[in-house]
Amino acid sequence: MAPKTSAKICGMGHSMKRKEDPRFLQGKGNYIDDFTLPGMLWLDIVRSPIAYGKIKNIDSSKALEIPGVLAVLTGKDLEAYNLHWMPTLMSDTQMVLPTDTVMYQAQEVAGVIATSRYAAADGVAAVEVEYEPMKPVMDPFKALEDDAPVLRTDKEGKTDNHIWHWEAGDKEATDKIFDEADVVVREKMHVPRIHVASIETCGCLADFNPVEGHLTVYMTTQAPHAIRTVLALVAGHVGLSEEKIRVVSPDIGGGFGGKVPVYPGYVIAIAASVVLGTPVKWIEDRMENLQADSFARDYHMDAEIAANADGRIRALRIKTIADHGYSDAQAAPSKWPAGLFSICTGSYDLEQAYAEVDAVYTNKPPGGVAYRCSFRVTEAVHCMERVVDTLAHKIGKDPAQLREENFIPKEAFPYHSPLGWEYDSGDYQAAMDKAKEMIGYDDLRREQAEKRARGELMGIGVCSFTEVLGAGPSKDFDILGIKMFDSAEVRVHPTGKAIARFGTKSQGQGHETTYAQIIAEELGLPAAHVQVEEGDTDTAPYGLGTYASRSTPTAGAAGAMAARAIRDKAAKIAAHLLEVSEEDLDWEPGTFSVKGAPDKSVSIQDCAFAAYTNLPPGMEPGMEATNYYDPPNLTFPFGTYICVVDIDRGTGEVSVRRFVAVDDCGNIINPMIVQGQIHGGLTQGIGPALYEEMTYDEDGNNQAGSFMDYLVPTAVETPAWETGHTVTPSPHHPLGAKGVGESATVGAPPAIANAVVDALAHLGVTHVEIPIRPDRVWEILREKGVAE
Amino acid sequence: MIPPQFDYHAPGTLDEALGLLGSLDDPKVMSGGQSLLPMLKLRLASPANIVDIGRIPGLDTLAEEDGFLRIGALVTETDLEQSEVVAERYPILLDTAKVIADPLVRNRATICGNVAHGDPANDHPATMLALGAQVVATGPDGARTIDVGEFFFGLFMTALAEDEILTEIRIPAPAARSGGAYVKLERKVGDYAVAGSAVQLALAGDGTVASAGIGLTNLGIAPIRATAAEDALTGQAPDDDAIAAAAQAAADATEPIADRRGSVEYKKNMARVLTARAIRKALARAGG
Amino acid sequence: MATHQITVTVNGAAHAATVDSRLLLVHLIRDDLALTGTHIGCDTTHCGACTVLMDGVPVKSCTVLAVQADGAELGTVEGLAGADGMTPLQEGFQEEHGLQCGFCTPGMLMTGTALLESNPNPSEAEIREAISGNLCRCTGYVNIVKAVEYAAGKMGEGD
Repeated sequence: MAPKTSAKICGMGHSMKRKEDPRFLQGKGNYIDDFTLPGMLWLDIVRSPIAYGKIKNIDSSKALEIPGVLAVLTGKDLEAYNLHWMPTLMSDTQMVLPTDTVMYQAQEVAGVIATSRYAAADGVAAVEVEYEPMKPVMDPFKALEDDAPVLRTDKEGKTDNHIWHWEAGDKEATDKIFDEADVVVREKMHVPRIHVASIETCGCLADFNPVEGHLTVYMTTQAPHAIRTVLALVAGHVGLSEEKIRVVSPDIGGGFGGKVPVYPGYVIAIAASVVLGTPVKWIEDRMENLQADSFARDYHMDAEIAANADGRIRALRIKTIADHGYSDAQAAPSKWPAGLFSICTGSYDLEQAYAEVDAVYTNKPPGGVAYRCSFRVTEAVHCMERVVDTLAHKIGKDPAQLREENFIPKEAFPYHSPLGWEYDSGDYQAAMDKAKEMIGYDDLRREQAEKRARGELMGIGVCSFTEVLGAGPSKDFDILGIKMFDSAEVRVHPTGKAIARFGTKSQGQGHETTYAQIIAEELGLPAAHVQVEEGDTDTAPYGLGTYASRSTPTAGAAGAMAARAIRDKAAKIAAHLLEVSEEDLDWEPGTFSVKGAPDKSVSIQDCAFAAYTNLPPGMEPGMEATNYYDPPNLTFPFGTYICVVDIDRGTGEVSVRRFVAVDDCGNIINPMIVQGQIHGGLTQGIGPALYEEMTYDEDGNNQAGSFMDYLVPTAVETPAWETGHTVTPSPHHPLGAKGVGESATVGAPPAIANAVVDALAHLGVTHVEIPIRPDRVWEILREKGVAE
Repeated sequence: MIPPQFDYHAPGTLDEALGLLGSLDDPKVMSGGQSLLPMLKLRLASPANIVDIGRIPGLDTLAEEDGFLRIGALVTETDLEQSEVVAERYPILLDTAKVIADPLVRNRATICGNVAHGDPANDHPATMLALGAQVVATGPDGARTIDVGEFFFGLFMTALAEDEILTEIRIPAPAARSGGAYVKLERKVGDYAVAGSAVQLALAGDGTVASAGIGLTNLGIAPIRATAAEDALTGQAPDDDAIAAAAQAAADATEPIADRRGSVEYKKNMARVLTARAIRKALARAGG
Repeated sequence: MATHQITVTVNGAAHAATVDSRLLLVHLIRDDLALTGTHIGCDTTHCGACTVLMDGVPVKSCTVLAVQADGAELGTVEGLAGADGMTPLQEGFQEEHGLQCGFCTPGMLMTGTALLESNPNPSEAEIREAISGNLCRCTGYVNIVKAVEYAAGKMGEGD
């Protein structure tokens, strides 16, 4: 689609080069660890070596003898301020520092405050903690058994490890279809615990001014406004008041959901700054980041689909156990304990579905976060896309064809899914057609047949996903009661240059560029003249932040609406300047002209100047607008991914030979940035599909607590991604855009898993768990008698 | 991650370094530091003194002399990768260097350090076992030469005495019609081996295997020399059966532990599969 | 605990410093010299966010002691180009969208700079191998490869 604006204006559809790049490329970014303040002290954290046990004693005396170590904070110290526990977003509670019990390995046990990071680290090594270990509960299924020890003894009356039960759909009607269906297939699968592992870890610099009672916190957060409110709510009793709290989220070195939660380290640093009256900085290291910060996924799913003999899918039934660690500290909308898992019916037109999730406590770190995903969409899509392939192999139908025969037809939109969603728009066949064409699907199937005859293992995997993004409409979505709108404030200066501030916070998505393009699209000001700011709660309008691909659907829409309000005012000014009535004006980006007399025109810049210098009588001066956008619905991006894998029969290694991703995220703001988001998402899809997994031994020891064992793909493992797109605008978003940041993370793992299963399907293999490690594949090859 | 406190010494001569090793409390020799510094940061090691041999002249020899390839203590993996003599005559060394850690680490990591560390997960030990290398250990009483087959005792345990520095590795120049290869299975770039197999072969005039050296990585508490596998090949025509027998003998020589890289059975089978592949690659290079 | 007087040349400027034995080079650069473009991303020498040039060779500065750099010429991202512009490689990263959050970018730039110095026309495979010690979580690497290719092309134009 050709852009509506000129290259000079650079509105939507232009691959504008990013405005944020020059500072990053010259080492002039401002990430959290780049901040220093006079008199700043350092916090480092003592962590539990055991997964579960009692704290018998904490002896800080040797630590305090180390030059530069000033204080050691324990749970008992925080208890005096009632800050030793904090609420989670899901109405659970989580320890800041323990007073008597540790619940997972690497849990925060004490904070050491020192004059340098080196002294703080020495202090941590010198704090002596005496533990009485207890046998941890690591398996969520065992945690639910009657004789399992109750972990949350802090909760009065708690008699088991069950957290909550969630369900969606009509169970009875679904069961009835299963009872009468021609074909039923079933797969049990685990989408394992993983970690976002942004290259920048988390940290903060808390600066409490005891004279003013004012707290400034520079911190790695994707949701600064929400953090400010949370701080005011949980620490009001120690004198923090929301008007005197400023949260600044500086440049963030990758978020992916991992920088949404409030971690104990932040709270300890803030508490230390408040107590000591000096700035305190906390920067976690990679092992702390991997071992203690919030995990993602960890859903054990048991999925079935019922179908007619010809492959027409009729119903879906999923039973899930969700391992939340010792606290439900999910970063999710409050009324959605299982996130948006009910998108699990995916791209297919089903009669009925029923999904249920039971959440369980174990001795693992609390969580979770979404890892580049809109709240459990990844788990839902993996489940459905895997079991659809199981059906295809069972009835002997090509997996792409089976999908096509079950797609929601494009005429059916807006489509009401059996689990309650209203899909805004879609053309699934178009994305499938394009993906098949790009990869040469039929030729690949021929090649596969030839190779199979020679004993070589090659697989083709298809995934046609539908996402649900942009949380969300206020009637359904809130966090701690705060509705999940987002906001923009646009101010045009007299010389026609603008500043635009948003309630979201980029972590690499390029908001400084794409938001400027949205304003440019609507106002006709060059995007180069629009300065975008986010992340400072003192200046930006209130918003819920950037995660779950919500920025474009919410704040992006708010930016467009604010710009339109300014344009409406500009039209009145233009009419005044041209001495005609508003109805007699034509608008094309950047210019109002008189209908029938195009040479009589004024620019948007002329209008801006007039807004401060030459107003129509009675008009309020200035040229600015604020919009709080409450989306009428969510958006439903979709796509089809197809990949080709080859399997080494000797080692079990899977190599992804080609990967084609066709995405439809509605109208595109910046094609270059959209493609970059897809590339990154795909790489965070191949990671969990083949490499990434956070595991524990039965004693609760983390087995992937550093980059030595938490395997982040390098440029060598990562294929040369091939991308394409179709455009099906969202009918309700002001720009027709849908959001794109997470589609690829969602769509890639099942495509890869399906390709591996496809390579082995003729041997009777129906499923392989992710991550698809070489040893896992080799065990299958050996069992099937085809290992080299 | 912050290292514990220690004292740092950068001697300008080998004698000075040896003197420091003899006089300092709890000294640890460092060359490239790419194994030692991560251990310090993780506080898995806490020597009182570090003796950095990186500034000692004359330890950077990488040349063929007197029937040996001499690799001095300060020769880095990158030096090895860029060496013409290595590429032409010791491709097994190039195979090995290229799969160690990543290119940035290899700019500082040394071959001798990789061997001296005594880590069975390191890659050069297997290759040196296959090549029948000699380790030169220099101590207060001068240099002694240790056959690499007698160098590794166990996890991080070697024949190097506490007052000695591994100053050089000597690799016998390859005979005519010989070739070698190192094949490593890793989970991703930069990973320690799931398993690795190094094979160095020389062929006799009749095409049979005149000599074979086979070393294995990360398949026991120490680097493994698979002598039974070597015997299974030596004197044989290297046909499919002989290769399979040698590969199986290599697998039988391993004592891996189950971990996140795989089960015992998987690793034993990988020893077999990788050894067969390394033999075939070595044969191809030997002109077999 | 012994301290050491060292001199390092960073981006052409000589600096004298008194350092503890254990001070990591990355902390000398970031904390003492206030060159915060060099980042820290892991503890185990895997991520490469801290990559700097040491006597022209890219190294992970979290795994070098500051005292080991005594006498060395160090290059950081801040020294790549003068105030009047960016190198072809920096330009390539912007043109080809080779960065998103920007955190791994300085390390990638230092590795890429050294690669192009030693191999002015690297293949895609050579570029991927060269940057395999630098982790990126945002870009999927494809555009980083293109950025290096862009710079190679641009630097080759003058030949």
